[in-house]
Amino acid sequence: MFPKPIHTFPLKFQLIYKIVLPIVLIIWLLPLIAIFLTSVRSATDINTGNVFGWPSQFLLIENYSEVFKRSKAILYLKNSFLITIPTVILSVSLACLAGYALAIYRFRWALPLFFIFVAGNFIPFQILMIPVRDMSVSTGLYNTISGQVLFHAAFQTGFCTFFMRNFIKALPFELIESGRIEGVGEAKIFLFIVLPLVRPALAALAVLIFTFVWNDFFWATVLTQGESVKPITAGVRSLNGQYVNNWHLVSAASLCAAIPPVVMFFLMQKHFIAGLTLGSVKQ
Amino acid sequence: MEQIVRFNENKRNYSENKLAFAPWYFLLPAIIFFLIYVIFPIFQSVWISFYEWDGLGEAQWVGLANYVELFDDEYFYTSLKNNFIWLIMYLLAVPMGLFIALFLNQVVFGIRFYKSLFFFPFVISQVVVGLIFSWFYNPNFGLLASIFLSFGLEPIAVLSDEDLVTYGIIFAGLWPQIAYCMILYLTGLSNVSKDLMEAARLDGAKGLKMLWHVVLPQLRPATFISVVVTVIGALRSFDMVAIMTEGGPYGSSNVLAYYMYETALSEYGFRLGYGSAIATVLFFIMLVYIGYFLWRLYKNEREV
Repeated sequence: MFPKPIHTFPLKFQLIYKIVLPIVLIIWLLPLIAIFLTSVRSATDINTGNVFGWPSQFLLIENYSEVFKRSKAILYLKNSFLITIPTVILSVSLACLAGYALAIYRFRWALPLFFIFVAGNFIPFQILMIPVRDMSVSTGLYNTISGQVLFHAAFQTGFCTFFMRNFIKALPFELIESGRIEGVGEAKIFLFIVLPLVRPALAALAVLIFTFVWNDFFWATVLTQGESVKPITAGVRSLNGQYVNNWHLVSAASLCAAIPPVVMFFLMQKHFIAGLTLGSVKQ
Repeated sequence: MEQIVRFNENKRNYSENKLAFAPWYFLLPAIIFFLIYVIFPIFQSVWISFYEWDGLGEAQWVGLANYVELFDDEYFYTSLKNNFIWLIMYLLAVPMGLFIALFLNQVVFGIRFYKSLFFFPFVISQVVVGLIFSWFYNPNFGLLASIFLSFGLEPIAVLSDEDLVTYGIIFAGLWPQIAYCMILYLTGLSNVSKDLMEAARLDGAKGLKMLWHVVLPQLRPATFISVVVTVIGALRSFDMVAIMTEGGPYGSSNVLAYYMYETALSEYGFRLGYGSAIATVLFFIMLVYIGYFLWRLYKNEREV
């Protein structure tokens, strides 16, 4: 283990480490703590300039319910879920199939296709912006939930396929081989042999894609207009424009935007990190 | 050997073999989606960049005129320069992530909880991060202003200072990016070979020497991924700029990603052809990194 384990150090150092650790954490999370404190402040605090100090009173429930009452935050949150969940299902399913094909079959196109999916995942959004927006307008998908779902699902398929292909490739090939020898059809091999084995990968992808798509701002700006189908990220931005100097309300809305991915992360931490760090250790 | 034989057998019966068609059934849905939403649009964008088009009327072929115009566009140069600054500064996330990972790679009570809390900023939307930091920088009641005042200094309005604004945004962007690199390194550190460490320790290596000669070489995959995601993140920077400054003041914090959006879709005009030209330039810059990544991937595949 590197650095040397702390318990091999003299007691004095161990104590210092244990004291420094929470202090560093608080400094690291200071922006977040500040925004939380702001979200429970009264409007008077904001107006008198007490934005980062200790709140004069804690208005947790009042402020948050005011956000929901005065703004369309509930609609935005609902939209975010309506966009994110179908995207996760669609892109992970597509990638399962594609990843399986690229990992299991030996054919000339396997590697080039794999590279195209990987490369697509890295390109700048701007190179897609005008054609995708144009196509959405002409097919009636502009300013709809499904328009956003279809785009996100297609784009995330690149990363998901990359992920699934590598995961399936690491499975023992004998399993598939023995299935074929016994005359099991290809579709059945996929459904009954491979699919149960890739469940951890499905979980990892699901949390990652959920977070990526939930936090999307660019496509929400490009593919929507008005309020009706906006996700919470774009919603928070327009709230920030509407409620100038009502920082307590904007920060409450921002925290609402942050909560779902944070909860997701905490619930599925192991999978989340396994997904994110794919390839950062030599298998 | 057995594998080679099997492979050749497969190849021999390829056309009669049902295995020849099977992969395409599995691939087709993903390929169709990807073609429609990712591959075709790339070519379309490059194509549009040769036109002058407002998105409504007739598009007019102008050849390379949009690219020629880029040469004299000072906003374009500012954006390009800022992208370069982003790239360099953003890469600080890699050593800083390593540093925090080393700090946290200990076994004490509650360390797993600490690690997940340190990772927190990465999970939060950049919109929220941008908002938090624009309040932090607010010259009237921001935290930074109070810190300056407590030292008896005049607060600086970071986000309205043409020279500082880009650095201010990057600083905010580093926060989640450091968390990302940290988690990559933490995973790498937990896989460092104990035998090698022991051997090096017996040879008298410790501290920085150990880190440089024994640990870092083993962390190479983590470093590689960190650099790749950081470079891509730097070139993709859009959300932070849009939230914190909208490229201002006077375009001084613009980056190519935002400038492209601004020219093509904002109130500054609907110049889709010109926007596409900017996007194409950004695309080719990124293609260098994508190419490098794929080349590494290809080498790995050959080894397996």
